[in-house]
Amino acid sequence: MTPSHDPLQLWPAAVSATATETDLLILAFTVLTLLLTVPVFVAITYFAVRYREGSEANRSPSGIRSNLIEISWMLIPFLLTLIFFVWGARLYVHSKNPPPDAMVVEAIGRQWMWKFQHPTGQSEINNLHLPIGQPIRLHIISQDVIHALYLPAVRLQVAALPDRYTDLWFKADKVGTYHLYCSEYCGTDHSVMGGEVTFMNPGDYQDWLTHAGAQQGKVAAGRALYEAYGCAGCHEPGSAVKAPSLAGLYGSQVKLADGRTVTADEGWLREKILNPNGDRLAGGGKQMMPSFAGRIPADELTTLIDFLKSYASPAAGKAADATPAGATR
Amino acid sequence: MSASGSIGGTARREPHAPEATIGRKADYLHAESTLRSWFLTTDHKRIALLYLASITGFFVIGALAAGVVRLALIVPNGAIMANDTYNKAFTIHGVVMVWFFLIPSIPATFGNFLIPLMIGAKDLAFPKLNLTSWYVFMAGALFTLVSVVLGGVDTGWTFYAPLSTAFSNTWVLPALIGVTIVGFSPILTGLNFVVTIHTMRAPGMTWFKLPIFVWAHYATSLIFLLATPVITTALILLIMERAFHIGVFDPAYGGDPVLFQHLFWFYSHPAVYIMVLPGMGVISEIVPAFAQKKLFGYRFVAYASIGLASVTFFVWGHHMFVNGQSDLASLVFSALSFAVAVPSAVKVYNWTATIHKGALRLDTPMLYAMGYIGLFVLGGLTGLYLATLAINQHIHATYFVVAHFHYIMVGGTVLAFLGGLHFWWPKFTGRMYSEPWGRVSALLIFLGFNVTFFPQFILGYLGMPRRYATYPAEFQLLNVLSSAGATILAAGYLFPMLYLVYSLWFGRKAPANPWNAKGLEWETSSPPPTHNFLSPPEVPRIPYDYPIQAQESRDQHG
Ligand code: HEM
Ligand SMILES: [Cu+2]
Repeated sequence: MTPSHDPLQLWPAAVSATATETDLLILAFTVLTLLLTVPVFVAITYFAVRYREGSEANRSPSGIRSNLIEISWMLIPFLLTLIFFVWGARLYVHSKNPPPDAMVVEAIGRQWMWKFQHPTGQSEINNLHLPIGQPIRLHIISQDVIHALYLPAVRLQVAALPDRYTDLWFKADKVGTYHLYCSEYCGTDHSVMGGEVTFMNPGDYQDWLTHAGAQQGKVAAGRALYEAYGCAGCHEPGSAVKAPSLAGLYGSQVKLADGRTVTADEGWLREKILNPNGDRLAGGGKQMMPSFAGRIPADELTTLIDFLKSYASPAAGKAADATPAGATR
Repeated sequence: MSASGSIGGTARREPHAPEATIGRKADYLHAESTLRSWFLTTDHKRIALLYLASITGFFVIGALAAGVVRLALIVPNGAIMANDTYNKAFTIHGVVMVWFFLIPSIPATFGNFLIPLMIGAKDLAFPKLNLTSWYVFMAGALFTLVSVVLGGVDTGWTFYAPLSTAFSNTWVLPALIGVTIVGFSPILTGLNFVVTIHTMRAPGMTWFKLPIFVWAHYATSLIFLLATPVITTALILLIMERAFHIGVFDPAYGGDPVLFQHLFWFYSHPAVYIMVLPGMGVISEIVPAFAQKKLFGYRFVAYASIGLASVTFFVWGHHMFVNGQSDLASLVFSALSFAVAVPSAVKVYNWTATIHKGALRLDTPMLYAMGYIGLFVLGGLTGLYLATLAINQHIHATYFVVAHFHYIMVGGTVLAFLGGLHFWWPKFTGRMYSEPWGRVSALLIFLGFNVTFFPQFILGYLGMPRRYATYPAEFQLLNVLSSAGATILAAGYLFPMLYLVYSLWFGRKAPANPWNAKGLEWETSSPPPTHNFLSPPEVPRIPYDYPIQAQESRDQHG
């Protein structure tokens, strides 16, 4: 499942009671806005016609005491808008106080991906699977710059700060897949720092945790790393840098510049990532690939290599990304 | 009833002041013509024109960057340019528009030119300081643009740490240093305005005879003086942090990145009123002149300017509702933000009431003023949406914000700027612009603006984050619409540049007071002589002494 791609969608999907109420709030506020502004626009247009220079119109002073008008047109709109202040504040305070029984999911933001860890230990990258009908608390921190986790379907976002935890809680009550974004500008790939949140029935969620969750860790998460570290930027077909495609590389025979032929096994992939200048390929161009030694933690290197092992073709690699739940590898 | 016959007649607008009475030799434009006489001038009017030329140049640069941004957003997957290029384009768009166009725009050009004229003074209090502030401005702005030539900056105009201090590999330092230098210029200008308004008013020009334009600039100058030092400090700390890792903002060295946001918005929220108040001042001059009627609620509008300038210092936290700020702080900042909306609203109702029973003429400046009112109302009210806590949690940092601030800033500043430019063009240059072209451009801008930015409110509510180089395909339709609107808008901006420049040589010679407007600036010739007035101007009985007086003037002055 992917989020709606309806090009004429004019209202975002709402999956929680808070989201629905936020929508109601904004609609009601819009009605008030119209009440306060339409008369002004109509009046200006009407006056512009009626009191055009040269038109016959009564221009004698109306004799209304202006102080009274001034005070009333200041005070009445102010008091009316205060209703919305209170309504908005109530909803906000509610959304800031998670119930004690909320299920806590850890979220870590960093340039340029989200890593989520479920209470049972499974983790996933950029995509998030959650049960409905159960309060969820995302416990969020950043590893580098300020990011922000934004889930439009629940109408909530909060900053991911490098020095302290923030929280976001909600209770979804509709299954479906929706966008998940980074909403605080965080550098080059800010706009691709995100994925999808999938709300599932609690039973499906348990199922996902035990089966697909583990798969997810290996394939889709690896794919996400492959993109986050910029491998895809050079190695995918169509990129500006003509680096060799990595699809189907695992297990194949590779010719090296010094005449040897080696099997692209796990160890060789690892060596090439950490030390790209060694084992130059035969017929390769200028060496441009940077070394990832010290940049990529050991556990992520493993995940990345696991992905490369399962990476048969670019199309299949993408499919692994799009159907994380049902990946059958 | 008595008013309708004489006021409604068409012959009314014959200029009552004499035609330009001074010789070409005496007017400030032609008194001297060497380059040196322009670049070393201490005449506030010439300095105003130096600013006008420079900010126009910066506006063009900012607009080109906007064009790049809108071009990139035509396709969802960023196929047109790399993410990095996109990020640099919106950063320079924001930096240039805010710091080199919006903030100096009306104060440095119209304020400089008109304040002495409006209060009946010969010049500003410190003419040399005034010239210095232009050099400071140019030096800082060019310094920043060097960073663009070197390869660009990608931090966004907000320069949030630690992205700007530790993570960006672009030319952050020159950009920051340039912006810091530019900041000193409005401090000098503000100081000059405050002293001038206090000490150099013509005899009889009491505070409550000052045009609202002067009140607005007085309020703006207070913000310049009180807020700008804060951003200067913040930027200097940021520079130190980037250069020496002193640990103020970067948690890796024990700093707090949210501290930068507080310092930044403590300045940058009031800065919104630096952009908006002078615009309100301009509109408060145009509307009475084109309705030939006293400004409704003059005192309320004057007080509202000062009121706005004060409350605006207490709402900075509404930029940080979702940044881990305490709930109590958020509640207070939200409530205070609602309070700012009120004095803003007053002005709009006052302008509408001024038109009521006036004798309206829909010339270019008035068209801009009416467009301004429309956009400003929409921008202001959507600000209230953003100030509403629960709504903010959804639309913060989305395109809703982009739409909101363009309605406020382009609506509130650029339209007022263009309206004022047409209104005072005859005074500045001694030439009339082309009225038909003026009206066409005003309408084009209004139309183009709305087509560009209204869809962005919807995009934001649908959940498209701002500063995105790529976006989900379902947002494409609205983005393409927005880019199409930007093309219309660009044409609307281009026309005035062409026909105004054309008018400098071929425009009809302007009389002293082409609009039959009140205010001392219309008492002198167009263009004015070097020392503004040949004989001391006569201060009117009441401000906005137009033929049609509201009841109120009798209440307050009779
Ligand atoms: C031709 C008209 C304009 C267009 C098409 C345009 C377009 C845009 C767009 C699409 C953005 C969003 C960047 C993003 O968040 O990804 C933006 C940001 C911005 N615009 Fe404009 N803009 C225009 C005119 C102006 C003007 C006249 C001003 C001020 C005088 C202005 C000030 C800003 C500022 C301050 C930002 C924020 C930059 C940032 O997010 O760092 N814009 N503009
Ligand atoms: Cu991010």
